[in-house]
Amino acid sequence: MTNRSPILSLRGIQKSYGPIKVLHGVDLDIYPGEVVALLGENGAGKSTLSNIISGTVQPSAGEMTWLGKPYAPANPRAAMDEGVGMIHQELKLLPKLSIAENVFVGRYPMKSGRLDRHAMEERARAGLQRLGLDVSPDRLVEGLSTGRQQLIEIAKALTLNARLLILDEPTAALGGEETQLLFRQIERLKAEGVGIIYISHRLEEIRQITDRIVVMRDGAKVQEFDRGDVPIRTIVEAMVGRSLERMFPTLPTPTDEVTLEVRGLSAPSKTFRDINFSVRKGEVFGIAGLMGAGRTELVRAITGADPIASGEVLLHGKPVTPRSPIDAIRNGIVLVPEDRKLQGVVLDHSIAENIGYANLGEISRNGWISSRRIREFAEDYIKRFGVKGRGGQNAGELSGGNQQKVVLAKWLARKPQVVVLDEPTRGIDVGARSSIYDLIVGLAREGVTVIVVSSDLEEVLGVSSRIMVMAQGKQAGILNREDANDVSVMELATL
Amino acid sequence: MVADVKERQGFAGIMLPSLRGATGPLIGLIVLCLFLTFATDKFLSVRNFLNVLDQITVLGVMAVGMTMVILIGGIDLAVGSVMALAMMVLGYLNVTAGVPMGIAIPLALLVASLNGLVAGLLITRFNVPAFIATLAMMSITRGLANMITDGQQIIGFPAWFNMMAIVRFGGFLTLTVAVMVVVFVVGLLYQRYRHGGRVLYAIGGNAEVARLAGINVQRATVLVYVVCSFLAGLSGMVLAARLDSVQPSSGVSYELDAIAAVVIGGTSLSGGTGGIGGTIIGVLIIGVLRNGLNLLSVSPFMQQVIIGAVIVLAVTAETYRKRK
Repeated sequence: MTNRSPILSLRGIQKSYGPIKVLHGVDLDIYPGEVVALLGENGAGKSTLSNIISGTVQPSAGEMTWLGKPYAPANPRAAMDEGVGMIHQELKLLPKLSIAENVFVGRYPMKSGRLDRHAMEERARAGLQRLGLDVSPDRLVEGLSTGRQQLIEIAKALTLNARLLILDEPTAALGGEETQLLFRQIERLKAEGVGIIYISHRLEEIRQITDRIVVMRDGAKVQEFDRGDVPIRTIVEAMVGRSLERMFPTLPTPTDEVTLEVRGLSAPSKTFRDINFSVRKGEVFGIAGLMGAGRTELVRAITGADPIASGEVLLHGKPVTPRSPIDAIRNGIVLVPEDRKLQGVVLDHSIAENIGYANLGEISRNGWISSRRIREFAEDYIKRFGVKGRGGQNAGELSGGNQQKVVLAKWLARKPQVVVLDEPTRGIDVGARSSIYDLIVGLAREGVTVIVVSSDLEEVLGVSSRIMVMAQGKQAGILNREDANDVSVMELATL
Repeated sequence: MVADVKERQGFAGIMLPSLRGATGPLIGLIVLCLFLTFATDKFLSVRNFLNVLDQITVLGVMAVGMTMVILIGGIDLAVGSVMALAMMVLGYLNVTAGVPMGIAIPLALLVASLNGLVAGLLITRFNVPAFIATLAMMSITRGLANMITDGQQIIGFPAWFNMMAIVRFGGFLTLTVAVMVVVFVVGLLYQRYRHGGRVLYAIGGNAEVARLAGINVQRATVLVYVVCSFLAGLSGMVLAARLDSVQPSSGVSYELDAIAAVVIGGTSLSGGTGGIGGTIIGVLIIGVLRNGLNLLSVSPFMQQVIIGAVIVLAVTAETYRKRK
C-alpha cells in the first residue's frame, strides 16, 4: 500500500492570522485506502489544517499536491470538485428536506432546465447503498438519528466522487452501535481506495480504525506513528507534550447523609421510566448508557429543564420536584447542560455577562445593577476557576474547556447543593479535561452532591463512586466503583 | 474611592456606555448634521433643533418599547394600531363620554397595555410566533379603533391638552418633549442598571441559556410586550396632544418607522445586542433627516426613497464593521 503514490501531499504548510502563526510548516501525505488519525488538543492546528485541505481557508505559505498536480482550492466548492469532502462536526443538513435533496443541495441534477427528481433519487439511493444504509432517499432528514445523519453527510461527499474524506469528530454524538456502523462504512470506503483523515478526541476508537496517527501540537506535527495500535498514554503524552501522572484525581469518601433522592420518576414521553436512586453528600454519581437511553432527559427533568410526568425528587427528604429550572435552582439543584453552545453560554456575550446571568439576583441591590458590578463579581470566579480569558471577552472566543469553566463558574457562585453535569467534557481536549475532572471531584470534596452523565466510559468510571446504567429509558442497574468496569457497564447498557 | 468616582458620571455616564456599538450611527448623525448646517441656512438654530425634537416625540416614545421587544429577539407589528386604538379610547372617553382627562388618559393607556398582554400571552403560552401574533393584533386593534366612531375623527379636547405640545416651558421644552425625554432616561436606566433590563440581553442572546440559568423568560417576554404597547399608547397621547384631535387612521405603518429607528440605531433584529442608547440616535437620524429634507424642499416621495437608502446604509455599514 505504501509504495503507491499519495493522493494528497502537503509540504511546509503555514498559516498566520496577522502576527499570530497557527501553523508552522506542516508536511503530510495521505495514501489511498488508509485512515490517518489527526490528533491534538484544541488549538493544536487540526481544524486549520483540515480547513486548508478542504478549501475553507488558504495557507500563508507551503504547497499542496493532489493526485500529482498542484492543488490550491480557492473555496470549499473547488475542493469538492477535485474530490475532497469534509464532514464537519456540526451537521449541516436541512431537516425539512428529503435525504435526496440534502445530498444534492446546490447541484441538483437537471434535465431540460428542470429538476430531474428521478435521477436525483436514483443517485442518492446508490450513494446510500454504497454505505449500506437502508433508508429511502425521499424520507425527510428530520427524525433520523444523529448517526444516520452523519452517514448521509458522508453519502453526500461520496456522490461527488470524493477520493479523500475529512471526518471531524464524527462520533462525538454517536452511541456505541452507531459508531460501529460508521466504522464498518469506513472500512468499506478504505477498501474502495478512499483516503480518510480522521479527527477525534476519542482515543480508544482511534486504535480501532486508523492505520496511521499524526499528532499535532501548537501548530506543528510533533509525532507520527505508522500504526494505529499505539498505547493511549503514549498518544496523550505526545499530544500534551509532557508525561501524564494520572488522568483522574482520587475520589473523596462520601458521607452517609443522603442529599438527593429520586423516586419513580417518569417522563411524559416515556424517554425514561420509573427511575429510583439516591445520592449522598460529597458523592459523584455517574450515569452511563448508550445514546438514546434517556440519560440526558432524566437529568434535565431532575433540574427542571424538562417536564416530569410522575414520581418525585426529594432533597434532604423533602419533596422538591421541580416544574421549571427556576424551581430547581432555588433548591440548589443546577444543570451544566450537554450542549454548551446552545444551552450553556451566550456565545456573543462576554464571559462576565454569562457568569452574571445566573446571579443577577445576588449581584443586584434592590434590583439595581451595573456592568461594573457584574464584571467585578465575575472576575473573582474567572480567577478562581482558571478561565483563560478576560471578563470582557466574548464567550465564543474561548476554547471548549474554558467555556465549560464559565458555565460551572456561573453555577458555583450560587453555592449549589446538587450539581448535575451532562457530558462535561464533550469536545474538550485531553489536557483540559483533567482540569474539569479536578473541578468535579473538588466539588464532591467540598460536600456537594454531583451527578455526571457521560458517554465516555472511561470518564464515568474514572470520576464516579457509583454508576447507574440506563438502557432504553429504564434503569438497568447501579454498580459500585469496585464492581464497575467497561464490561459490567456495557453488559447492563445493552440489556 | 475610585469606584465611587466612576459611579458618579451623571448623564454622560449613562449615555456613553449605552452608545457602545452605536458609534457608527452616532458618526452618521454628526455627519448628517454637519452637512445640513452647510447645505441650508436654517438648520443650525435653536428654534429648528426644538422643532426636530417636537417632531420626533411620537416616534421616540414608540421606538423605546420596540427596542426592548427587538432586544429579546421579538417584533411588534401592532404598535401603530395600538396607538390609534389608545387615541380613540381617549377621544371617546373624554369628548363623547365626558370623562375627565385625569381618568381618560390612564384608561387609554390601560387598553393599550392589554393589547400587549394578549400578544405576550399568545407568544409565550400558545407559542404563536411574535410576527404572527402581533400581525393579528395589528389587524384586530385597527378594526376596534375604527369601530369606536365608525371611522370618524373626534375633536373637542380641553384647550390645555393641545397646549402641552405647544407651550415651551422655560422657552425650551414642551410637555410632550419632556415626556419623551423621561421615557428615554427611564428606558436607559432600566436597560443598563435594572435586573429586569439585563435579563432582556440574556433572553435575546439565547433564550434557552437564559431559561436554564433560572431566568423567567415567559414572564419577562410578556412584560416586554406590555411595556411596548403601553409606550405605543403613550405615544398616542402625545400625538393626540399635537393634533388636538384623534382619528382611527392614525399611526398606519408607524411600526415600520419604529423598527427602522431601532435598526438604524444598531440593535440587531436577532436580539441580544444593541439598546435604547442606539435607538435614540436612530430616532434623531430619522428626525434630522426628515427635517433637513424639508428644509431642502425635497418632495415627500423622494424622502421615502432617501430614508430607505439610509436604512440600508446603516445596516450594511454596521455588518461590514462587525465582520472586520
